[in-house]
Amino acid sequence: MITVDNLRKNYFSDKSGKFAGIGKENGLSFEVNDGEVFGVIGPDGAGKTTLFRILASLLLPDSGSATMNGIDVVKNYKQIRRIIGYMPGRFSLYQDLSVEENLRFFATVFNTTIEENYDLIKDIYQQIEPFKTRRAGALSGGMKQKLALSCALIHKPDVLILDEPTTGVDPVSRKEFWDMLKRLKEQGIIILVSTAYMDEASRCDRIALMRDGQFIATDTPQGIIDAYAETLWAVQTENMSTSLNDLRSCSEVLSCFAFGDKHHITVEHGFTKEELSGFLKEKGYRNVKIEAISPSVEDCFMALTKD
Amino acid sequence: MSNNDVIKVSGLTKKFGHFTAVDHISFDVKEGEIFGFLGANGAGKTTAIQMLCGISKPTAGKGTVAGYDILRENEKIKRNIGYMSQKFSLYEDLRVWENIRLFGGIYGLNDKQIADKTEELLTRLKFEDQRNAMVRSLPLGWKQKLAFSVAIFHTPKIVFLDEPTGGVDPAMRRQFWEMIYEAADQGITVFVTTHYMDEAEYCNRVSIMVDGRIDALDSPSALKQQYDAVNMDQVFRKLARKSTRAE
Amino acid sequence: MKQFFAFVKKEFYHILRDGRTMLILLGMPVVQILLFGFAINMDVQHIRTAVYDPSQDETSRQIVQRITANPYFDMQGEVYSMQEIQDLLRRGDIDMAVVFDEAFQTNLVHSGKSQIQIITDASDPNLGTISTNYVLAIIGQYQQEMMGLTGIPYQIDIKSKLLYNPEMISAYTFVPGIMGLVLMIICAIMTSISIVREKERGTMEVLLASPLRPATVLISKTIPYLTLSFVNLISILLLAVFVLHVPIQGNLLLLIAVSILFIFLALALGLLISTLVRTQVTAILIAGLGLMMPTLILSGMIFPIGNMPQPLQWLSALVPARWYIAAVKKIMIEGLGFIYVIKEVSILVGMSVFLIVFSIFNIKTRLE
Repeated sequence: MITVDNLRKNYFSDKSGKFAGIGKENGLSFEVNDGEVFGVIGPDGAGKTTLFRILASLLLPDSGSATMNGIDVVKNYKQIRRIIGYMPGRFSLYQDLSVEENLRFFATVFNTTIEENYDLIKDIYQQIEPFKTRRAGALSGGMKQKLALSCALIHKPDVLILDEPTTGVDPVSRKEFWDMLKRLKEQGIIILVSTAYMDEASRCDRIALMRDGQFIATDTPQGIIDAYAETLWAVQTENMSTSLNDLRSCSEVLSCFAFGDKHHITVEHGFTKEELSGFLKEKGYRNVKIEAISPSVEDCFMALTKD
Repeated sequence: MSNNDVIKVSGLTKKFGHFTAVDHISFDVKEGEIFGFLGANGAGKTTAIQMLCGISKPTAGKGTVAGYDILRENEKIKRNIGYMSQKFSLYEDLRVWENIRLFGGIYGLNDKQIADKTEELLTRLKFEDQRNAMVRSLPLGWKQKLAFSVAIFHTPKIVFLDEPTGGVDPAMRRQFWEMIYEAADQGITVFVTTHYMDEAEYCNRVSIMVDGRIDALDSPSALKQQYDAVNMDQVFRKLARKSTRAE
Repeated sequence: MKQFFAFVKKEFYHILRDGRTMLILLGMPVVQILLFGFAINMDVQHIRTAVYDPSQDETSRQIVQRITANPYFDMQGEVYSMQEIQDLLRRGDIDMAVVFDEAFQTNLVHSGKSQIQIITDASDPNLGTISTNYVLAIIGQYQQEMMGLTGIPYQIDIKSKLLYNPEMISAYTFVPGIMGLVLMIICAIMTSISIVREKERGTMEVLLASPLRPATVLISKTIPYLTLSFVNLISILLLAVFVLHVPIQGNLLLLIAVSILFIFLALALGLLISTLVRTQVTAILIAGLGLMMPTLILSGMIFPIGNMPQPLQWLSALVPARWYIAAVKKIMIEGLGFIYVIKEVSILVGMSVFLIVFSIFNIKTRLE
């Protein structure tokens, strides 16, 4: 179990040349239960990495506290480092070592051997085992990711902290990766994972939507969706790019965004599909399809971050 | 063969030793088209783009980009295209206007042109207040919008965008695509790669690369029909599953 | 311990798989030995001089006065025995001694002939030759003036004696210098770069989040470079002896022991740099500007320290290579024993202890 209480950290970021951090207005507080996959979802610069680094005992918070299985991440950082598996945002492997050498090295670092915990990584490692003599630098993105995950798992951690493991990875490899996490969760490992891809939210048990260092919502994906209060429609026309602006010009349309081959719009209460259809017909669209839809997490995020 | 094909390649191939990164790809891109160039990691997208931009010499095949031969006229190609990627787009330690002036200068615009266009660009992006800001201090979404504006500052015939929206927040991502539409409306051809499958839907046509070959190329709706899929994500998965390339 | 060895093994993989760096590391001493093996002519100033004048007559005093008045010489005073001269030269307190005949003026007046002996420390051959030439010029001028006054062709016979390096082989000067430079570069620069590289590539983040102690990481980083440095040390000595024909006069074991001390110091310096910087570029800049330049310029390797303005001389005292090079000169070329290098060794020990304590103190258990 992870308990985070009123966590704050502000620092001067060399990268952006200004103050950054988390919990500036309200300190972050949340809990993650055993065997849960907890997703922190938000765009770049939301503070996901800062939060994860504090939890991985790599940064000191300004105030507040966090414990994992009762162990304080500040005071007992040495114990924390024994029970966590951490995968930073960049693939942190030794590019000039082979697949097997990387894994063996990290096993030794954690005072264990590949053989001892082979069961846990078997599923993942078997996929890259045929290339075990290849240097890590010559692997594709998806395979590097599998190797990095194997390395983070080799010591059988209680908590797995994965900072944007799927960034820059293609949809197929991403799906495979989430399938692997699902199997790990079944082994009872707590998984903390961050992502900028909103469509991955549904793969988590609970998620926190994060922006500008704050959690703007924490719930199950379904809970987040259920809390969505607007009337949401998907609109399709024969010319999607012009209809985007035409929809926005309609006074009853509150917001309009492109979502794949449809536009998602929110409308004033009481506005009907027939009225919208009429409006679009007047603008010259002939093939108009409008349907009420339930929101995706991305819709929710956009509604919550609307200025 | 119409004259308004801005990209036209056939049999384009790149080999590294025994490894064929790009395997005889052929396609045309029309003027003003938004062309989605999809593929799994390691399918050969980056290598293909490098050849189209005149940075990398094809092992075999021929083609033209912006009307210039990719084998012999790569310097002319470079002058007529814009390029932006997630990794490098702007100088982080230069101010907004310094970046604009620098890239305007690189593409041979004169001071007057640069000054006029800078004003117009900053107004359009509502960036007037950020004129003197260091690029590194801007949020990622803003940076990418600025980078895109800079990449089309010299009104190139084609702009290549390599994963321009990775990590950008959802609203910004959509604003970015609206900018892509505007550019396409002005006649700039947009050649874009992305890992967001909803963005694939915004393209006029999409190609999907698998193991160095182009396995599918059509409009998103035709592809969905052909592969009996409800969205591009499913199309992509069906195709990428065929990959045998072990990397 | 197992973690430690696994780490050391990994470090060796990194080094062995980076062929170009390996080539530079192992080739550098060879190239430098050959490059610096040529003598470079240099202007010498502030030659610390002592006078032994048993005759104490007017002529000898006049000559001493002229030498004293000459800006190239720093007169250190009079001594009263040959033994004292030997000791002063050995300790490096003087560069040159001028010795007059016992009855200098009497001989000159009666037989028209007298003798002066110039003894120089020629383990720095430039200093040796140039200072001898200066004295010759001064005495030559004095003779001419005397002839003009008295019309008698007095003949002053000058004998120069070069201590420690009678053949004036200039490679003698550079071998210790190159040892200082090469060991400094390999240990300090390469160690710091290899640590900073882990920070840059993000692997340090994973290591920090593991039970591995940060001190273990740093110390195991030093082992491969220690080994490489030792290989270099041996190759330099072999080149020195068999190619440049610079014999090792003193105790080989003492030489190696002092070198290992210096290697430790350089490693500690490398660790310190690595704890202070975040990118490889900064590490190279700091190590380059902060270590290479002072080692080249202020260690006495190229420019004799005695010729430097006083502030630079003080600064040079902070350059570890200065003390190491001095010690190597004494042991290797002058063939002196341990007691003669106690000062240098103590300074090096002091510096190492300070650096190691300071860099261990600086090791961070978290990201900055």
